[in-house]
Amino acid sequence: MAEQSRAEIQFHNIDRQREADRLGMLVFLASEIMLFGGVFLAAFSLRMLSPDEYVSASSHMKLWHGTANTAILLASSMLAALAVEMASSSNPKWAGRCLWSAVGLGIVFLGVKAHEYYLDYLDGKLPGAANAHFSSEFEQLFSNFYFTATGLHALHVTGGLALLSTAALRRSARHDCHAILIGNAALYWHLVDIVWIFLYPTIYLAGASA
Amino acid sequence: MAASAHADQVDLLIGTFGVLVALLTIPIFVLETVFAIRYRTSREADREHAPVGSNWLEFSWAGIPFVLIVGFFVWSTSIFFQIHRPPPEAMQINVVAKQWMWKFQHAQGAAEINELHVPVGQPVQLMMTSRDVIHSLFLPNFRIKQDLLPGRYTSLWFEAREPGSYDFRCAEFCGTDHSVMGGRLVVMQPEDFAAWLERHSEFGASATLAELGEKLFRDVGCSGCHGPASDVNAPQLAGIFGRPVGLSDGTTIIADEQYLHDSIMLPNKHIAAGYPPIMPTYGNVLEPEQVNALVAYIRFGAPVRKEPEFGAPLRKRREQ
Amino acid sequence: MTAAAIDTEREPEDIERTSYLRAGYSLRSWLLTTDHKRIAILYLISITFFFAIAAVAAALIRLELVTPEGDLLSHEGYNRAFSIHGIMMVWFFLIPSIPNTIGNFMIPLMIGARDLAFPRLNLLSWYIFMVAGLFALFVVLAGGVDTGWTFYTPLTTMYANGAVVATVLAVFISGFSTILTGLNFIVTIHKLRAPGMTWSRLPLFIWSHYAVSIIFVLATPVLAITLLLLAAERIFGIGVFDPSLGGDPLLFQHLFWFYSHPAVYIMVLPAMGVVSELVTSGAHKKIFGYWFVAYASIAIAVIAFLVWGHHMFVAGQSVLASTVFSFLSIAVAVPSAIKVYNWTATLYKGDIALDAPLLYAMGFIGLFVVGGLTGLMLAMLAIDVHVHDTYFVVAHFHYIMVGGSVAAFFGALHYWWPKMTGRLYNEVLGRIAALLMIIGFNLTFFPQFLLGYEGMPRRYHVYPPEFQVLHIFSTAGAGMLGVAYLMPMFYLLWSLRFGKRAPANPWGATGLEWTTSSPPPKHNFTEQPVVIREPYDYHLAHPRSRENG
Repeated sequence: MAEQSRAEIQFHNIDRQREADRLGMLVFLASEIMLFGGVFLAAFSLRMLSPDEYVSASSHMKLWHGTANTAILLASSMLAALAVEMASSSNPKWAGRCLWSAVGLGIVFLGVKAHEYYLDYLDGKLPGAANAHFSSEFEQLFSNFYFTATGLHALHVTGGLALLSTAALRRSARHDCHAILIGNAALYWHLVDIVWIFLYPTIYLAGASA
Repeated sequence: MAASAHADQVDLLIGTFGVLVALLTIPIFVLETVFAIRYRTSREADREHAPVGSNWLEFSWAGIPFVLIVGFFVWSTSIFFQIHRPPPEAMQINVVAKQWMWKFQHAQGAAEINELHVPVGQPVQLMMTSRDVIHSLFLPNFRIKQDLLPGRYTSLWFEAREPGSYDFRCAEFCGTDHSVMGGRLVVMQPEDFAAWLERHSEFGASATLAELGEKLFRDVGCSGCHGPASDVNAPQLAGIFGRPVGLSDGTTIIADEQYLHDSIMLPNKHIAAGYPPIMPTYGNVLEPEQVNALVAYIRFGAPVRKEPEFGAPLRKRREQ
Repeated sequence: MTAAAIDTEREPEDIERTSYLRAGYSLRSWLLTTDHKRIAILYLISITFFFAIAAVAAALIRLELVTPEGDLLSHEGYNRAFSIHGIMMVWFFLIPSIPNTIGNFMIPLMIGARDLAFPRLNLLSWYIFMVAGLFALFVVLAGGVDTGWTFYTPLTTMYANGAVVATVLAVFISGFSTILTGLNFIVTIHKLRAPGMTWSRLPLFIWSHYAVSIIFVLATPVLAITLLLLAAERIFGIGVFDPSLGGDPLLFQHLFWFYSHPAVYIMVLPAMGVVSELVTSGAHKKIFGYWFVAYASIAIAVIAFLVWGHHMFVAGQSVLASTVFSFLSIAVAVPSAIKVYNWTATLYKGDIALDAPLLYAMGFIGLFVVGGLTGLMLAMLAIDVHVHDTYFVVAHFHYIMVGGSVAAFFGALHYWWPKMTGRLYNEVLGRIAALLMIIGFNLTFFPQFLLGYEGMPRRYHVYPPEFQVLHIFSTAGAGMLGVAYLMPMFYLLWSLRFGKRAPANPWGATGLEWTTSSPPPKHNFTEQPVVIREPYDYHLAHPRSRENG
């Protein structure tokens, strides 16, 4: 198992470096959780202020797009986890394949999202659109909030895809049986997925039975 | 200069707490100085057995001040509760702040700008909102202030005990002219106040605030759905103020100023049970002062007008 | 303290040759450095620049306030002056000041490491900070904003003029620098400690920087989302803070203060860590109550997240919530009080040398006590209703941030100057500057407590004439403060060229940083340090090996 055997000068040994790399990603994930925490706080407060309208506005969301995206991202996350397994068991070829599949599904997620936004654009729902047509002010607010939240999430999806691709492209990463880079990329990807797991019911399911 | 009983209480609290601050601060200054002198490196001193820790000391010097301050917390919180419990006989005055002026609407019909006349010895409750950004009404002599928010009512009450003229100022940064957005509170003897009201009720060419509201009720079309002759399924508003209203989601809300305001400006925020959500919003049509007039009308006006319960008598109703 | 060679035995020329300052002279070797010590110097230069801009704004404010009328600036100009003052001071000076200069330089040295865990990330942090600073500079040149550093909605989203989005962007970007710094520090402290450097042997400076890093990582992202929503509202009118669309302007305040209250602890915790070092060194004595001080830092970091509502007692927050926040705000004062008592007790039976660093530290203790206790006054609901948004609050936070943090920053700069530069500064001038600062500070800000109680609101360009006398005192004090801040700039810079060369341990202090040469070699230590003794292990028999400049 070819691997990077020399630690950087500030580390006592390569194991410490690996632990540091892992800890660094976990600390970064903590900061990302706090970022999206603010989004959920805003959603929660909107729901508390106008519960009926919140539910009504949520029922106008494109439920199929949201549900499909949830399934896609979950599957993609699973593939990323598999990639870590493959690398840990010295299977660099399959590690690479799992990673690229995860990336592929991530791109499909973005595609579904783009289609959803396109349909919203046709409906005149884009923030600041000229042909805006909403049944109430709150529905407009909810729609704007939806764009902000999912847009921020999509940015993070893109970042995650870049990380996964970097891990997939690097030979040293695929061949690392400690799976440091692949593991970190997968951890980030899992966070992106978890954020969506919470965004989906917050935005789409609140009005699903209405 | 303390202008109310509440102000005296706050001064006492601040003063006493100030004493506590001094009691906690001075020993630190003194000890620092004494130690710095006595244990200066050039001096011979007893440095044997210098302590490096003491659990009982740590818990004492943290615990004892904490307990003392919790005592102040209880005192301060009870005064704070009083600030938020206006007496039921308080005379209500509406306040609308906008960049960069204050508008006051007396229920009896007088309207003022940047000046507020009130009677002495009478609790006054201000029902406040903003037209634009967040402002804050600060009455330094009364030791009180409260922010004014757009789209919301906040309230402040006081009881002046001496006639006189007191400054009020804006205390929440609100843009260019924030520092000149102030005015005067003029406290008068009850007779003088009544006379003043009499002279100023012509302001705006209307009588009471509720009568202004009644006119608006017809002019902007509320009576089309909410009037007795309407065949639209809309809630009747007679006697609704202060009563619980059942909402479509099963909860109940008290119909106060905020609820009425929201029903006019954001009608789908709380939908009354059993009614379709078809009321249009007046958010782009009405100013906060007009909403205040409508609320006054709904509260005091329809269908049989009640005498508002406070000191000054209502003007006689004009002949149509 | 360690098995490594004490570098006082090396030849001065040898020390200088291998110093980190001589490892490359080109601009490139500085701008592409990954050496934490050089990055610290880069930060030092940058924050000094931003401090200067913010200080000019402060000078304008104090000059204007000498007279009740607005004769120097227009209303709008004054509003922009105090906004730029607050924004620059908070995000471009105070927050990075101790952590990114002293922390960056000293953390690896104090734990016996060769660098931070992620040196390239460290350089990236500085570049991100500079990009943010460039945006801020652009804002200043474009005339600034009139929003205050608190950016309350709907003023900022719908009514304010000026480069609001650019300002918000500047602050947003600076947040990334902060988060990455915190990440770097946490991993460094966990994974790069020298053999024998257990948690119980860590200097208290490290404990406080660990605590502040927790806040860096967990609080700053909330600022990011708050500013993002603010910008989206201003540009697209999304409506989350707009009551006419069903949003809530108070939501902004909750989000903003959820970050900004922990942020004030970001600004004071590193200073407290510095004070622990300066007091133990100046008194040549072990800290009183090591574990109480160490855990107090962690307690402050945790409770800091629970008190944000004390900024909103009159904002329209519920009475119940206000009561809870008032109580918790008392709780957060307890660990700070513990530290103050412990520092004072450390002086007892010490061997005290009243050099500039200790004078700054003692100034911190006195001024912080006043600031902290007036903070407790503000935590009392009925008192806050009167003095909220008045000069009482302005005085309170300046006591902590200026009387506290800036004093500690200057103390740290003096204390570690020999280590960082290899030169000794003039101690007589140092003491004078320290005393001048303490006196000037009190003259500037104590009158403001009285102004606030008497009803002078903050952010006021013009004011009733009865307040003028106190304002004149305050401005006079500000003049003194200015001199006190300028003096070190001169004699510190002078020492770079003409100061006496510093030995490895001019203060006779404990701590791994003092076992290597002044300045340190590029990789900090010539041999791997191994820690066998407890922290602050001073003996009175140990000779005080100091050389005065």
